[in-house]
Amino acid sequence: MHKFLTRRSLITSAALGAGGLLSGCDALSRSSGFQNILASAEDANFLVQRALGDRMELASEYSVADLSPKFRANGTRDPGTPVYAESAAQGFADWQLRLTGLFAKPQSFSMSALLSMPQRTQITRHDCVEGWSAIGQWTGVPLKLLLDLAQLQDKAKFLVFHCADLLGGRPYYESIDLLDAFHPQTIMAHRLNDEAVPIENGAPLRLRVERQLGYKHAKYVTEIEAVSTLDNIGSGKGGYWEDVANYEWYAGI
Amino acid sequence: MTRAAKNKLTRHRLTTRLWHWINALCLLVLVMSGLTIFNAHPRLYWGEYGANDDYAWAAVGSSETLGYVRLGETKIETTGFIGNWRDSNGNIQTWAFPGWATIPSYYSLAEGRRWHFFFAWIFSVGLGFFMIRSLFDRHVQKDLHLTRSDWRPSHIWRDIKNHTRLRFHEADAVNIYNILQKFSYIGVIFIILPLMIFTGLAMSPAMDANWPWLTDIFGGRQSARSIHFLGMFLLILFFIVHMVTLLLAGPFRQTWAMITGGKRKGSGDA
Repeated sequence: MHKFLTRRSLITSAALGAGGLLSGCDALSRSSGFQNILASAEDANFLVQRALGDRMELASEYSVADLSPKFRANGTRDPGTPVYAESAAQGFADWQLRLTGLFAKPQSFSMSALLSMPQRTQITRHDCVEGWSAIGQWTGVPLKLLLDLAQLQDKAKFLVFHCADLLGGRPYYESIDLLDAFHPQTIMAHRLNDEAVPIENGAPLRLRVERQLGYKHAKYVTEIEAVSTLDNIGSGKGGYWEDVANYEWYAGI
Repeated sequence: MTRAAKNKLTRHRLTTRLWHWINALCLLVLVMSGLTIFNAHPRLYWGEYGANDDYAWAAVGSSETLGYVRLGETKIETTGFIGNWRDSNGNIQTWAFPGWATIPSYYSLAEGRRWHFFFAWIFSVGLGFFMIRSLFDRHVQKDLHLTRSDWRPSHIWRDIKNHTRLRFHEADAVNIYNILQKFSYIGVIFIILPLMIFTGLAMSPAMDANWPWLTDIFGGRQSARSIHFLGMFLLILFFIVHMVTLLLAGPFRQTWAMITGGKRKGSGDA
């Protein structure tokens, strides 16, 4: 930081004027070294926010009166692949959620199996990284139940959610750590506002991870992979937007 | 002369000067990177939720030919400036704030957020240090505390009259803040700047789980976002007034004082 604060650099920046400053910022933005310095603030956000709560604090829940009139959809609004279209035509009766990777009992759950398990319903606020928010009522299976059934191994550090949609030609995926995975509000949701989740909102199954921004809430989930590192998944940054557009892996702010 | 002794003779302490220039840099980067973030969804709402289908009390709109800012039901055309403008290559761009006003100058939400959060930390830690230090060294009590006589309407009125006549200081009291200065400094340091930090945190979903009351006191997440944006306008307004008074009060001497500390009247070697 000291580089910024010397009197000379201040005077120099002032003399360069706004144009120089801007191109300077762009150059810094494009330099990976400086990007890493800026990104260190995200580590601080992560550490401080995780230290503040009792780690299982619930995100605010609302009443039916607070629901958004319309729950906005973003990103992929319809995966549109032949396989997905066929499944949608059957009301997703054939949809399978596979648990793979570092589980003692990797297994696959059908939609009917998921629907017969204990459910959790919560009315929560969805905060998009872009700035908008929507309040919706979600019903689904607590992720913890599935992890316990498949017996997560000790080596596992992250869960990777693989999705049925391609965005910009790349498969969408996201990942969370185990603290969020076992959080009571983290559910595999199949109902939105008391109806089956619409296609544009991620039918038939999407992740709700309420303490993070919208892009973490993977839609059209087909597989949950338990891994010890995110290095070998996608481009290694832990998610589609992280890989493609440098979004932060920790999306708590 | 020792540093401490020298400090006593200067109008602005080293820590105050340092903090001042760090804040100036932070304000610039935070405003410009904040506009990058705003460009991702250039609409403002009140309450807990707000997305495209909901009523926005303020919005920047754009089409291929038109740019406008809508406040309530009032539409102001801003083609060429906001909403619809030409970039340096002459291409028409339709995102809300133009490249010269944002960091980075191209649209990247992720990079805008990185700049914003990094400088938010520097700014917040600096403000925290300043507040703690001010308590101990009595800077606030000595220089910013509003005395009973300050509150006398006649006193305030005289100061307003002095300002309109562009007379800012009694000649022998350059280092004593006048009442309007005190009001604006107290308002900025103790109200608007903390408000910016807390409305910023109130937008975070993880903070919402940790401190739900924080979002509640601002009337919801989207209200916090609106207040954050309005606070930015107040800070820009403060900056403009600050610059105008600086220009009128002697830009070189004042700026030099803010860099070197300046000298107090009657400090011997003045």
